[in-house]
Amino acid sequence: MSEIFRIAIVGSGPAGLSAAAHAAKLGISHILLEKTDHLSDTIYKYQKGKHVMATPNQLILRADVDFDAGKRETILGIWDKQAAEQKVNVRLKSEVKAITGQKGDFTIALTDKTEIKAENVILAIGTQGNPNLVRCPGGDMDHVQYQLDDPGEYVDEHITVIGSGDAGIENALGLAADAAQGNVVTILNRGADFSKAKGANVKLLMAAADEGRVNVMTDTSPNRIERGFLVLDTRDGEAKIACDRIIARMGSAAPRKFIESCGIQFTSEDREAFPKLSPSFETTNAGIFVIGALAGYPLIKHCMNQGYDAVEFINGNVGLKPADEPILAAKFANLPIKKSVDEWLEFIRNNVLILSDLSPLQMREFMLDSEVRFYKTNDIVFEKNAPGSSLFGIAQGKVDIPLPDGRSTGIVIPGGSIFGEVGLVSGRRRGSTIRAIADTVVVEIPRNAILKLMGSVPAVKRAVTRISTERQLLQMFQSGITPSDLAEVLETAEIQSVRAGQAIFKQGDPGDDVFVIRSGSMVVEKTIGGKPVFLSYLPAGNYVGELELFDNGIRKQTVRAAVKSEVIKLNGQAFRRLLEKKPDFGTKARNAMGERIDLASYIEAKKDSFSSVVDMYSNVANFLVDNGVGEATDVLLIDENLCVGCDNCEKACADSHDGISRLDREAGRTFAHLHVPTSCRHCENPHCMADCPPTAIHRGQDGEVYIDETCIGCGNCQRNCPYGVIRMEKEPPKKPSLWTWFLFGKGPGPGEPSHDWAYKNAKGEKAKRAVKCDMCSGIEGGPSCVRACPTGAAIRVAPEEFLTVARLERGEA
Amino acid sequence: MASKADRQKTTGRTRHSDHESFLRYRGFLWLKIAFAASFLAILLYGFNHVEPRANGGSAYGYIMGTIGAGLILWLTLLGARKRTITPGRWSLKAWTSAHVYLGLALIVIATLHTGFQFGWNVHTLAYALMMFVIISGIFGITAYSLVPQELSANRGETTQVQMLDNLRMLDRQIHDAAQPLNHDEAEMVQYSLNDDPFAGGLIARLSGNYPKCGTKKALDLIRAAPGRESGYGNDALDQVETLLERKRSSLSRIRKHLRLKALLEVWLYIHVPLTFALIAALFVHIFAVFYYW
Repeated sequence: MSEIFRIAIVGSGPAGLSAAAHAAKLGISHILLEKTDHLSDTIYKYQKGKHVMATPNQLILRADVDFDAGKRETILGIWDKQAAEQKVNVRLKSEVKAITGQKGDFTIALTDKTEIKAENVILAIGTQGNPNLVRCPGGDMDHVQYQLDDPGEYVDEHITVIGSGDAGIENALGLAADAAQGNVVTILNRGADFSKAKGANVKLLMAAADEGRVNVMTDTSPNRIERGFLVLDTRDGEAKIACDRIIARMGSAAPRKFIESCGIQFTSEDREAFPKLSPSFETTNAGIFVIGALAGYPLIKHCMNQGYDAVEFINGNVGLKPADEPILAAKFANLPIKKSVDEWLEFIRNNVLILSDLSPLQMREFMLDSEVRFYKTNDIVFEKNAPGSSLFGIAQGKVDIPLPDGRSTGIVIPGGSIFGEVGLVSGRRRGSTIRAIADTVVVEIPRNAILKLMGSVPAVKRAVTRISTERQLLQMFQSGITPSDLAEVLETAEIQSVRAGQAIFKQGDPGDDVFVIRSGSMVVEKTIGGKPVFLSYLPAGNYVGELELFDNGIRKQTVRAAVKSEVIKLNGQAFRRLLEKKPDFGTKARNAMGERIDLASYIEAKKDSFSSVVDMYSNVANFLVDNGVGEATDVLLIDENLCVGCDNCEKACADSHDGISRLDREAGRTFAHLHVPTSCRHCENPHCMADCPPTAIHRGQDGEVYIDETCIGCGNCQRNCPYGVIRMEKEPPKKPSLWTWFLFGKGPGPGEPSHDWAYKNAKGEKAKRAVKCDMCSGIEGGPSCVRACPTGAAIRVAPEEFLTVARLERGEA
Repeated sequence: MASKADRQKTTGRTRHSDHESFLRYRGFLWLKIAFAASFLAILLYGFNHVEPRANGGSAYGYIMGTIGAGLILWLTLLGARKRTITPGRWSLKAWTSAHVYLGLALIVIATLHTGFQFGWNVHTLAYALMMFVIISGIFGITAYSLVPQELSANRGETTQVQMLDNLRMLDRQIHDAAQPLNHDEAEMVQYSLNDDPFAGGLIARLSGNYPKCGTKKALDLIRAAPGRESGYGNDALDQVETLLERKRSSLSRIRKHLRLKALLEVWLYIHVPLTFALIAALFVHIFAVFYYW
């Protein structure tokens, strides 16, 4: 091919297709290269009939191909049609092997030995198109597949799944789920155990293996593939098994090697790092642009807008404002200070110290999630104990911490600094009130946005950690301590992470260091009569270890982490000098210690008279901590001495939330008649929040962790939750009223309707969404499960209130 | 040893879920109210002289009758309260507590309303129905206080669905293990596989006795089968026998589970329909009293 294209676009997903369509519209000579024989392979490979969402809602779509939420088939149909109508120059089955040359003269070598010349290249290849292949002879046969769309479509086949990760196990289980399909399913694992997969999946697989539904072969790898058979290398030599279909789920490699070979640098060595980009998506190799998932934007709308923008940039429209410009402009519109969007971004970046290392693109993206607020002198930014986990940066002005009577504590946070970081680190309520003491402009950054930023920009992480350590100590100690008092203690401060179950110190050890719990929680135990007694549970924001400062320096208790935690280790002697320097603080600390010593001696004194009670209590407390109550902030427990199994809690839950129950009463662990049902614990550091593409999971006003309506139904949170409390469900149709059910038997009655009923009465297409407990937030009266329990079996507790041996003293246990 | 004074509250909720049962709700509040009401009713009855004899038509009788009828209707509303999950600061536990104790107080109130005049008529029918409802309710309270522990201990950490799944899995394994058997032996195994393990109706469900249990029969037949050798693994029936033994123990667990659940529910099948019969009789009673004044 001798033609030199102005733009070559690699990858025909939403980003690439949008770029090509815009180039076509502008009449720019272009070529769209697609590896497979159809457009948009990632979406093509979605499960049949999957509902594709269009988030974020507030973002305006700027593209020459249409896109709106809908079925996979509909969307693909529209794209195919519009690509043809707009005369997009598509070249299918064109896998790119290498890109060489420089701006104005790139040569793209394809695997079919063709070479394509282009002035500019847009890389929109995503991250999905690169599964690891079966490398043994016969691996290219057509019954080897890398995807399982619908486990229900295969009957009476011998199917072998290769891969010991979650995808492989889930596929194998799916294929074997219905015995009526008559499939003989085998799963191969090169190693001896399934360490890559989640525990729950491994358990299910082992159960299936015990029941004879799935044949699990470990220490086994494929040797060669023949029609109808698979020859395996096993520990005991070669084996030949019948095999009609192979499903290989051996992971996918990031195409980093390829991208680097094109002369493009990444932001870091991190496995999840993205290519370094300019505001116009240009990489470090001028003339090559990266957009879409490969640039770190997995949502379809983002991708499509970037396709449009990249083409505009290449076409010389350098003044183009991104599609998010109106959103950002709206954020700044109501402020008393008038600046353009770019000026605002620059102003914030220059003034808020932790943001100074950000690129303009990163600034834009993070501002989309954040808000800028203006406060006049004496305005309260937030109150103590208010909910909220966002971080504030001061772009102008300053704030202080007032006393309840309005006087200042003297703690002033100057411009450029940050506040609100305690809620960010520990996921709990605000520790103190914050008041503006000048005309102040702050930028409020949500927890997810700042965590993402800390993950990608190390300087931000360092700055936030240093400030937050100092603040956490100030806020905990109070008593008029100033940052200068803390200087000595902070000098020796060291952040340590502690595994669940690991002790930070043990009873009998020498030591006088003080530990501040930064995140996670700790369990305090004392060995009495040779047995460990569970004394108390300490959530983040407490400190331990000061007891030993005033005596022989031998630890009197064992303190171990209930969940993965972080502690700040402070030098004991420095801490002691602080106590002596600040008598108020010393008195307070001594009083708190006194309480502890009293409790410990009370238990010691009583151990003979009720040792069995104490034992029982310790066992129950340990059981609860083992079951995730240790990282909970609010957990539903069921007293099985009272539970009559009426499931009214589940019915009430379903009836107060769109007809889907968010709890499974019967499932879950039980100890001494105390049952922890499958229901959200509202973890201190929610696992579900970790990987939510539209950041739809938040912590609400009452500490509840909830999912908002921007959920795209991807199921990440469900997979990440170690307690299995998230369901992926469609909202069932409205039920007839209770009275028509009672009098005329209409509808399914109270509680969650059966799938059959919901299916039969469904109106229109609805997408599956993640559903979990929101603690009945916004419903007067509080959690319906507790209100609707007829016998008082269902209770909700906060662990630090429930898990303390002090309850024995008060006679409550 | 820790900074207790600096503890933060995790949530801003005020907690209404004190850990106490419906019977002990707020220090037996409703028990006290019920006692006071009953005592007052008895006291007034004692001081109230009606000629020629105490009856429902006196002023005292009307008051007691109105209170009683009102109570019956209100007590019935528990069923609606339980199923209408509206927002608000109500607690079904409080309702149940009041339901139980005020329901028991009805024995005194309604009996005093009758003035101890009984006969073969619709009035006494209403009274009798009410007493049956209360007696079934007392059975219910007894079951609610005794059965849950046993239910929890029996099921351990398995759910009913898991128990039934386990049973199906055993059936599948028995079916597979029975493939090498000869015709006569397979016939014995069929008793277990073709059996509906929960047949036998309400009596079996409530007693937990299933005399026609196919698995037991299959097991007995196989144990008595001719030509069995001692020691495991000596003939094809051994594995089947082991599996059947597992199925039998699994069955006894599910049957106990179902028996206990039935005990917690069976009284409602008397309590609730009789309540509606009672309300019907009550209306006839009230209508008749005024119509034939």
